[in-house]
Amino acid sequence: MNDPAVLVDDLVVRFGELTAVGGVSFAVAPGEVFGLLGPNGAGKTTTIRVLTTLLAPTEGRALVTGFDVRTQGLAVRANIGYIPQAISVDGALTAYENLDFYGRVTGVPRRERRERMAEAIETMELAPLLDRLARTLSGGMLRRLEIATALLNRPAVLFLDEPTVGLDPTARSMVWERLDALGEQAGTTILVTTHIMEEAERHCDRLAVIDRGRLVEQGEPAELLLRHGVESLEDVFTAVTGRPLDEESEDHEGRLSDVRAQRSVARRLG
Amino acid sequence: MSAPSAASPAVSADQRPRTLSGGPLARVAAGTLAMAQAEMRKLRHDHLDIFTRSVQPLLWLFIFGTALNNSRVLSVGRVEYRAYLTPGVMAQAAMFIAIFFGLAVIWERDLGQLQRLLATPLPRTAIVLGKATGAGVRALVQAIVLLVVVAVAGIGLRWSVAGVIGALAMLILATGAFACMSMLIAAAVKERERFMGIGQLIMMPLFFASSALYPLRIMPEWLRVVAHLNPLTYEVQGLRQMLVGVGGRGVVWLDFLVVIGFFAVMLAAATRAYPKAIL
Repeated sequence: MNDPAVLVDDLVVRFGELTAVGGVSFAVAPGEVFGLLGPNGAGKTTTIRVLTTLLAPTEGRALVTGFDVRTQGLAVRANIGYIPQAISVDGALTAYENLDFYGRVTGVPRRERRERMAEAIETMELAPLLDRLARTLSGGMLRRLEIATALLNRPAVLFLDEPTVGLDPTARSMVWERLDALGEQAGTTILVTTHIMEEAERHCDRLAVIDRGRLVEQGEPAELLLRHGVESLEDVFTAVTGRPLDEESEDHEGRLSDVRAQRSVARRLG
Repeated sequence: MSAPSAASPAVSADQRPRTLSGGPLARVAAGTLAMAQAEMRKLRHDHLDIFTRSVQPLLWLFIFGTALNNSRVLSVGRVEYRAYLTPGVMAQAAMFIAIFFGLAVIWERDLGQLQRLLATPLPRTAIVLGKATGAGVRALVQAIVLLVVVAVAGIGLRWSVAGVIGALAMLILATGAFACMSMLIAAAVKERERFMGIGQLIMMPLFFASSALYPLRIMPEWLRVVAHLNPLTYEVQGLRQMLVGVGGRGVVWLDFLVVIGFFAVMLAAATRAYPKAIL
């Protein structure tokens, strides 16, 4: 592997007594689409928060494009795009105004801003939506707009936290179509978290399965199926954890605000 | 999915690590401007918001002010009480906007906007200063509406270009300071429901223990001491001096100094505490 776009080495994140991530290690090659798989509360979002510098690791090391998330946060943020699970565009602004806003705050030079916005609009097929307030857009349109805003600074690594949660099958398919094109045509490294195994199997180059804060398996989707002699990634999960995917850990259910935010997102996108 | 092929110029990811152009101050200024402009755009899309926010100060002015217009206790020389009250309700309405900005930032946290902003190279100071400027922009629009209504109603302010500009500058500074204070509260309480209670708990004493509604001289000694520790008192005194020609000691620069100092302290504290603490 060339110098990895993302390197996670024995990462530990603790919140008081609770260990949300307990010694996770993996590497993502430049241009790869890498999926973090696991049930809700497995530690996927915590890992992505460390990689996007929102959360400091308790122990271990994490590098993004060669920069240490702990000591070179600004350099990391200058080289990434991040789309959280919750809706991150401003509903009170139009689609165009959201693009303009993120172009400014991500440090896109003024002379290049219009051109980059036009490129992102074309890539995400947003032209008919530009004058609409974001709060009037459908879930699929919102996700496309969010991805467009995250492309303006031409990120080397794009982090997406459950990008298709709450979307209908058509909107899911459209979002993945755009992400696939981004990886194939532009060589953007994509790190995506999901608990939807069918999507992971179809769209990711490689996967890491996380459960209760620990990385329990990783490899290419076909390789994982072959290794465990099963037909689906759900079965891979069951084989490595000894329990079905939909059984959540009560320890990891999250705070009231997290649950409320997740429900709010599902309501907004649905 | 296949390995990456030829890069499209449309969305090509530069695999070489990128460095940011401009120094920290330039990035703070650019980020603050971007956030302030976003607030202006939101106001432009929501005319009803400007109207509804303007109702409360007008009610204070035309109902409370009219009811007490002939009160001897509240008389301030030849100045009509409604004119005396105008800077007070202007400051109070702006403070309401500022204090409840904290609620908005908790809401933005719940929506994911805050996390997204924190993952950009935008300096933390720019996030806080941008929010404070946004509150100042809203207060400015509200104050202009109020001044227009006051002018049409013939309430006798001392109209001068310098006075109005100075008053609006003071209002923006103080609103920014109170917005920073509300972000500090938001960082401490983290939840919307708790913020509502604490916001009220702080806002009402600040309002009533100031010179917004009545002169300091009618207050008992202990309350006058409290009012002198209250930054809202200095804001109102400054506004009153510039718009009406009466005020505390008639030393506007001192009022400006206190408000600027309050803003600087709140900005520094909020930048330190918020927004990481709210996550």
